[in-house]
Amino acid sequence: MDFNDTAEEAAYRADARAWLEANAPKGRIRDDEDPAGLKQAKAWQARKAAAGYSCITWPREWGGVGGANWQQQIFNQEEARFETPGNPFTIGLGMCLPTIMTSGAEADKQRFVGPAIRGEEIWCQLFSEPSGGSDVAASRTRAVRASDGSGDWIINGQKVWTSGAQYSDFGILICRTDPDVPKHKGLTMFWVDMHDKAIDVRPIHQMSGASGFNEVYFTDLRVKDTQRIGAVGDGWRVSLVTLMNERNSIGGGSGYHRQVMELASSVATLAGSGIKDAGLREKVADWYVRAEGLKYTRLRTQTALSRGQTPGPEASIGKLVTAPLMQDVANTAVELEDQFGIISDPSVAPLSAMFQQTLMSAPGMRIAGGTDEIMRNIIAERVLGLPQDVRVDKDVAFKDIPTGR
Amino acid sequence: MNFDFSDDQKFLKSEARKFLEGRCPTSKVRAVLDDPKRSYDADLWTEVAGQGWLGTAIPEEYGGLGLGRLELCVIAEELGRALAPIPFSSTVYFLAEALLLAGSEAQKKAWLPKIAAGEVIGCFASVEKPGPLTEAQVQARVEGGKLAGTKLPVTDGDIADVAVVLAREAGRLGLFLVDLNADGVTRDALQTLDPTRGVAKLTFSGAAAERLGEAGEGLALADQLLERAAVLIAFEQVGGADRALEMAKDYAMGRYAFGRPIASYQAIKHKLADMYVNNELARSNAYYGAWALNAGASELPLAAAAARVSACQAYWYAAKENLQTHGGIGFTWQMDCHLFYRRAQQLNLVAGGAKAWKERLVTQLERRNAA
Repeated sequence: MDFNDTAEEAAYRADARAWLEANAPKGRIRDDEDPAGLKQAKAWQARKAAAGYSCITWPREWGGVGGANWQQQIFNQEEARFETPGNPFTIGLGMCLPTIMTSGAEADKQRFVGPAIRGEEIWCQLFSEPSGGSDVAASRTRAVRASDGSGDWIINGQKVWTSGAQYSDFGILICRTDPDVPKHKGLTMFWVDMHDKAIDVRPIHQMSGASGFNEVYFTDLRVKDTQRIGAVGDGWRVSLVTLMNERNSIGGGSGYHRQVMELASSVATLAGSGIKDAGLREKVADWYVRAEGLKYTRLRTQTALSRGQTPGPEASIGKLVTAPLMQDVANTAVELEDQFGIISDPSVAPLSAMFQQTLMSAPGMRIAGGTDEIMRNIIAERVLGLPQDVRVDKDVAFKDIPTGR
Repeated sequence: MNFDFSDDQKFLKSEARKFLEGRCPTSKVRAVLDDPKRSYDADLWTEVAGQGWLGTAIPEEYGGLGLGRLELCVIAEELGRALAPIPFSSTVYFLAEALLLAGSEAQKKAWLPKIAAGEVIGCFASVEKPGPLTEAQVQARVEGGKLAGTKLPVTDGDIADVAVVLAREAGRLGLFLVDLNADGVTRDALQTLDPTRGVAKLTFSGAAAERLGEAGEGLALADQLLERAAVLIAFEQVGGADRALEMAKDYAMGRYAFGRPIASYQAIKHKLADMYVNNELARSNAYYGAWALNAGASELPLAAAAARVSACQAYWYAAKENLQTHGGIGFTWQMDCHLFYRRAQQLNLVAGGAKAWKERLVTQLERRNAA
């Protein structure tokens, strides 16, 4: 047991750090939601790709570096020490392109992988629908063959919770192609051009006030059969690559115990300084051991990666630990401020209202990328090997499944 | 980065598991539970001594194997998993560690070889009243090398040969070694939540006491000793919690209700998923504690507190929800659920409860934030 780098790791880290010091953007970093920020992000991605610091583990033939997982880990750690532009590429590089590399046509791989690695094109993932959030396989967006014999598909329907659709160039889209078979068997995956006039992107106004997600409407969108990813009816299997990557990639956060202690020290309660409150101190300890436990769980995962081993299932617990934790921390912190906690004005509220902001964004963290409940099902079924719940829709034609609201 | 045990340590762990699966099935634990005259398994104790485990972290010059604390951690996990009814923690985590921490050369020479050989059983006698260990609650006194006072509860005090005792001398706290087989010692076995780990009241009336370490260092030494024990016991707790989860899972897969395995209901699945998450977090915190303990790192006070708090939480949740998952049969004497339920409480209290450790943890955090 040793927290120090091996000689090889230390050399790689030193190179990465030197490169970052010489190349990381100087000056003000803009939010990638605005055009100037997006431009900054693309420039940074291109620079990393040119230096061999983008998609380090991907094969060379697709523009990757053919490197090891530990190299990517070390680069991420070093990059996090710098203030760098936002990263609107994570969905494309983390989910969409791996799906194309796994199941896509040769021509698509040639066309799309390189530009994505270089940050020239941004991708989004069009899966969730108003009628299917946790149950993605219940997608109703319809793709039917065009009647002109061209083999093209005509797509109609609506997706929702699509991150980055407003600035994406392409998306991967799961559609219902056969409603007469059970739901998992009648889905097909396509890639689509997000600039097509038949696609309408509308931002969702979240309860937090932000708009990071969109509704996406498809009205008679025509796509070529060559835009299909995988076989007709095989869309569910194709989508699993994306979903597994999504659930593994979400979940970070450091627990905020330090900020809560800082806040508590500045608040006078009926029993004296807030930091002397026994109830709060117990909670701080509880949060600390969960956040630290997660941090050291990640180091166990990293150790497995650095040895070229597949990490154990412990990697799947991150989001389920972090999201409810952040909500509890925020609620406790706001409660500590008492009446003052109502104020969410950053110019007045303690710590620039970070806890008020966290309180309002936490519900989204507990839902996005698999709800707490879905994450528990995944751990129970895939890690512990418990049986699936009884599925009343499993052997029923999709069109005959009750829909409710 | 290498945040894992070595292949040799993993081999030791798998050998320990094999040994304990053969020599310490739950029927052996029950045999102690069911016999009011026994509070440990003397045969198993002899066999464990024969494996050399008691001397794992004792240097070779004192008759031990001269391995490190990491090796002790992997053995601890297996002992916890097996619910081993032996005075391992009292003898190794408390007595041997106290000697290694503060013992004079003569004291180490006198006791460590006997510990490694399985010839003496130790115990730690600190508290006297309900509530966490504080200076105020220590009333036992040493005058002219003679100890007077009462200690309870003392885990393994009914069978131990030697005790590490926290007592006052000239108004200041010190740690003392006391031969429990000499004059001036009365032992009264007490009923306990976990009868597979015996507990006694020790009454001292002029027992010979020899100081460990410097005068006035007693509380500081006790704290350091508890930090070491907290990490090692965290491994026992993680071992027990993992086995309770396995037991719950096996039962839920095989038990049918309303025409299907109860493991297919989300009410059960989510409970088991939460057990898994708690256990993994506790394991990771214990690993960090093991690193700090083995490296003698300055992070040990915080790392030990985190390991203990996390392990107490995980084992308690796994033990009570394993029993709950079993339903009515889980509440019977014949089912093993209560063995874990009992041991979880025993381990969660024996080195000081989680409530006090949470306070220690936050105090350490305050120090770190101020630095």
